[in-house]
Amino acid sequence: MADAQVQIKKTVTENDVVLFMKGTKSMPQCGFSSRVAGVLNFMGVEFSDVNVLADENIRQGIKDYSDWPTIPQLYVKGEFVGGCDIITEMTLSGELDTLFAENGITYDKDAAEKIREANA
Amino acid sequence: MAITAEDIETLLRASFPEAQITITDLAGDGNHYAAEVVDESFRGKNRVQQQRAVYTALKGKMDGSHGELHALALTTKSPE
Repeated sequence: MADAQVQIKKTVTENDVVLFMKGTKSMPQCGFSSRVAGVLNFMGVEFSDVNVLADENIRQGIKDYSDWPTIPQLYVKGEFVGGCDIITEMTLSGELDTLFAENGITYDKDAAEKIREANA
Repeated sequence: MAITAEDIETLLRASFPEAQITITDLAGDGNHYAAEVVDESFRGKNRVQQQRAVYTALKGKMDGSHGELHALALTTKSPE
């Protein structure tokens, strides 16, 4: 639906970090969404959450927008970064830190290190 | 609806004939799997491009609430 595409583009353009997820960051309704929201929360990243369960047009629209079949989906500065598996790998490798740093996104480096230590 | 690990491997094998493919049934319910795909064609591609190729190979099996495959934890890489 064209309206959904316009709305998604506006959302990812106007917010530095956006997570399209099932549920909300305070009440995720899927384990994968929960994991990514949890990482961002723990790293102290300010992000907008879009609950795809609240709008069927967005739920399908975001898959079309990114050409990616699964939720969650993370966007930074309008660019699609990845789904749950990619974000997890990037968190553990430190690439997510780099991505945030390069884009001027504030995050807690110590918290990111703690995640890596816990999963080492 | 459920899908077997063999079904997933067959679908992936059609697109990645030379790949090293490992499928793990995470929950034993035929719905939650982990797949590791190691293939030469991934070299030089970023993770989004690699995983997109895998999703394309699965031909819509992941699509939404009507998809047969609810969850697939994906790991993709090129051979060492």
